[in-house]
Amino acid sequence: MTESLFAITSEPISVEDVMKKVMRPEAGAVAVFAGTVREWTNGKRTLFLQYEAYVSMAEKMLAQIGAEIAEQWPGAKTAITHRIGRLEIGDIAVVIAVSSPHRAEAYEANRYAIERIKQIVPIWKKEQWEDGSAWIGDQLETKPYPSGKPEVSE
Amino acid sequence: MIRLLFFAHLGEQVGERQVTWPHVPDTVGKLKEEVEARYGLPLDRVMTAVNEEYARDDAPLQPGDTVAFIPPVSGG
Repeated sequence: MTESLFAITSEPISVEDVMKKVMRPEAGAVAVFAGTVREWTNGKRTLFLQYEAYVSMAEKMLAQIGAEIAEQWPGAKTAITHRIGRLEIGDIAVVIAVSSPHRAEAYEANRYAIERIKQIVPIWKKEQWEDGSAWIGDQLETKPYPSGKPEVSE
Repeated sequence: MIRLLFFAHLGEQVGERQVTWPHVPDTVGKLKEEVEARYGLPLDRVMTAVNEEYARDDAPLQPGDTVAFIPPVSGG
């Protein structure tokens, strides 16, 4: 497991390792979020996912999110690891750990981090269904582009 | 000369993840027009990064830059 606070990896993620990166005596709370691969979405069955990233830029953007959190919630410390490559149902795709003196900030900042990941971090997932595949391409991760490109009508 | 990077469905459509582009247009917007014409890609909903920083269409380009075309992201 990488020592960096903000990492993209092709290996399985250890929740405990990410959590340990932010634990310190000043913190009375650590909020940990794990994003996992879901089998069913709106009645459609996912077989597995393929994640791709612009790794160097993605790590910079994760660090930027950490800096935004430190500014917005003084005293909060963030670590994020996102996995890429082929992930099976139930695998952990992302782990976000935020420590802070008190719990309220840790919860809020952790929620902020996952929402920001879905806006600015260059990572993409490709759904593999029983009957085909598609890149999932909007910030709410709900809109597939079956033609392989965004639809003009949006 | 600049380096172009294509991700997700863009990489599949272009057939390459990385392309060397001999011409250096003045701005990101002009480059997008050239790339759209060359590969038949609509880039209007695609974000652009120059040297790993998000850039607007009016951002200038220099020889040696790396330009990445970033379709809507879906991490998490």
